[in-house]
Amino acid sequence: MNSEENSDKATILLMGLRRGGKSSICKVVFHNMQPLDTLYLESTSNPTMEHFSTLIDLAVMELPGQLNYFEPNYDSERLFKSVGALVYVIDSQDEYMNALTNFAIIVEYAYKVNPDINIEVLIHKVDGLSEDFKVDTQRDIMQRTGEELLELGLDGVQVSFYLTSIFDHSIYEAFSRIVQKLVPELPFLENMLDNLVQHSKIEKCFLFDINSKIYVSTDSSPVDIVTYETCAEFVDVTIDLHDLYKIQGKEDALAGSTGNKPPPEVKGVSALNNGVVIYLRQMIRGLALVALIRPDDTDVESCLTVVDYNVDIFKKGLEQVWAHARITSPEGK
Amino acid sequence: MSSNNRKKLLLMGRSGSGKSSMRSIIFSNYSAFDTRRLGATIDVEHSHLRFLGNMTLNLWDCGGQDVFMENYFSQQKDHIFQMVQVLIHVFDVESQEVIKDIEIFTKALKQLKKYSPDAKIFVLLHKMDLVQRDKRQELFQIMMSKLQETSSAYGFPNLVGFPTSIWDESLYKAWSQIICSLIPNMATYQSNLKKLKSVMGAREIILFEKTTFLVICSSNTVSGELLDPKRFEKISNIMKNFKQSSMKLKSSFKTLVLNNTIYVSELSSNMMCFIVLNHSDDPQDLILENIKKAKAHFQ
Ligand SMILES: Nc1nc2c(ncn2[C@@H]2O[C@H](COP(=O)(O)OP(=O)(O)OP(=O)(O)O)[C@@H](O)[C@H]2O)c(=O)[nH]1
Ligand SMILES: Nc1nc2c(ncn2[C@@H]2O[C@H](COP(=O)(O)OP(=O)(O)OP(=O)(O)O)[C@@H](O)[C@H]2O)c(=O)[nH]1
Ligand SMILES: [Mg+2]
Ligand SMILES: [Mg+2]
Repeated sequence: MNSEENSDKATILLMGLRRGGKSSICKVVFHNMQPLDTLYLESTSNPTMEHFSTLIDLAVMELPGQLNYFEPNYDSERLFKSVGALVYVIDSQDEYMNALTNFAIIVEYAYKVNPDINIEVLIHKVDGLSEDFKVDTQRDIMQRTGEELLELGLDGVQVSFYLTSIFDHSIYEAFSRIVQKLVPELPFLENMLDNLVQHSKIEKCFLFDINSKIYVSTDSSPVDIVTYETCAEFVDVTIDLHDLYKIQGKEDALAGSTGNKPPPEVKGVSALNNGVVIYLRQMIRGLALVALIRPDDTDVESCLTVVDYNVDIFKKGLEQVWAHARITSPEGK
Repeated sequence: MSSNNRKKLLLMGRSGSGKSSMRSIIFSNYSAFDTRRLGATIDVEHSHLRFLGNMTLNLWDCGGQDVFMENYFSQQKDHIFQMVQVLIHVFDVESQEVIKDIEIFTKALKQLKKYSPDAKIFVLLHKMDLVQRDKRQELFQIMMSKLQETSSAYGFPNLVGFPTSIWDESLYKAWSQIICSLIPNMATYQSNLKKLKSVMGAREIILFEKTTFLVICSSNTVSGELLDPKRFEKISNIMKNFKQSSMKLKSSFKTLVLNNTIYVSELSSNMMCFIVLNHSDDPQDLILENIKKAKAHFQ
């Protein structure tokens, strides 16, 4: 079945030794769990799936550390063949030699059955490491991984590394990048965002998944973590305030009695004292566009009028990209 | 400045109950997570805070270890307990030594009765997040009736208590009401706010202090409206987070406009107003103009 295969394509496999932090990552990123509450998570005993849909439908599957995937009765081949990314979680606060060996074995297998798979390594729980030690650990892990893979004759395999922690935005940033590699429409989106930036005095903009605060795309200028955090937090501010008073929307709809009028899109604009404006507009499919605008010497009003207009165009473009993705995806394979 | 505008607030309770944590969150922009870094307070830590222009809050965060406590009740008692406007006594709901906790409370009441008999007493039953959700209400009632009894016995019959936690907005509700009890011209704010509400045809207007985002007062909403009863403290929490967030861009926010119906803006050098309109089609210029005019009445 074509469509089924295709939906499998956007599956992310989360692997790693026991207590590495896989379930915690899923809970924090996709279920808004407080990071401290993950302390009480129990070790996972069966593979578990999380579904989430942004511009495309994605699934994240945790393979718990306690399972052995190379038992004959476990159909690992089918599993690895059908996924887009393998994300391996390494606990940086723990002895990690075993993890590296385990990782190399998995890569060898995964790469054999599916050479297109993206291989990603999270050097996780770095909140416990000092700045210096973080850098050392990263270097050490990268070097040893390289050696392990070389030994297996896999030196051509591309591996990306990320320093992450559930206690700050680094885990969202890493997931954003991992997810982006799986969105085939990415070049279009980035292009559209670059266009928007050029014509609207925007310094930086992100297309966010509102629920998880992962960004599906951003313009091509480099991402600065502080800008990302501020924009992600602005999503929370606007959505939380909106939810507090949204009964009004319902009342309007009732009073208007025009029937199935779509709910009004959320829009939030905040002017800061240094002249920067943070701008949010809800898009389609649970996405929101957040932009940092520097009106400089133009007046804010007319600058925002231009932004509004260009964002309208962007939104239409996004609708088309999605419609297109929907039409092409069943035959995508 | 007349001494009348200086308010002395005692923050007391056993060591580890969470006094410095709440002070740091409300007055020093800490996040709940940051409080894990706090060490035990040695003796008394003073903070002086300008609040609404002409009021100064002198917050005495009294370290709760037994050695210090004994001192407060002996050598230092007149120094600590005189001229107190408010005692905020913090109880850790997970404490294993409830009897001892209450004994300390009674000692404080006894000194207060002697040195500051007009002080207002607030108790915060803190770290409620550690109690199972469905047990919280009952636990709060039981503790409160016990504390009420104690407090009356020592000559303070009007005890006010709140369940609190640094992990949700309950902290803002409690502190908002504590601070409001110290504001002398509340009636003026209230009537000005009502006028502004009718001029703007607003659904609701809330006044916040600018640095802490504690609620000062709100226009009464039309009865029967289905609004979240916890919205005030939730807004405090959300806006405080936003304030911290904008600090990362080395700035602070001036205005926030949401769907053309919610306006957050400065009203004076120390107040923010949060205005919720009935309609989203009022022109923005007009609304901002109205807010500007209103500023004259809130200086
Ligand atoms: N300090 C720190 N601890 C973390 C982080 N992420 C997860 N943890 C902790 O790591 C422990 C184990 O996390 P889990 O998410 O259950 O690990 P897992 O990989 O799902 O383990 P299995 O299900 O047994 O495979 C928990 O106590 C988490 O609180 C992190 O970023 N920093
Ligand atoms: N779970 C939970 N922990 C809290 C809460 N408030 C504070 N804590 C934690 O309690 C610990 C002690 O808090 P402090 O604020 O230092 O306690 P204190 O009352 O100032 O203690 P002393 O200075 O010794 O009197 C910190 O690790 C806080 O993170 C709360 O509402 N819930
Ligand atoms: Mg798990
Ligand atoms: Mg303290």
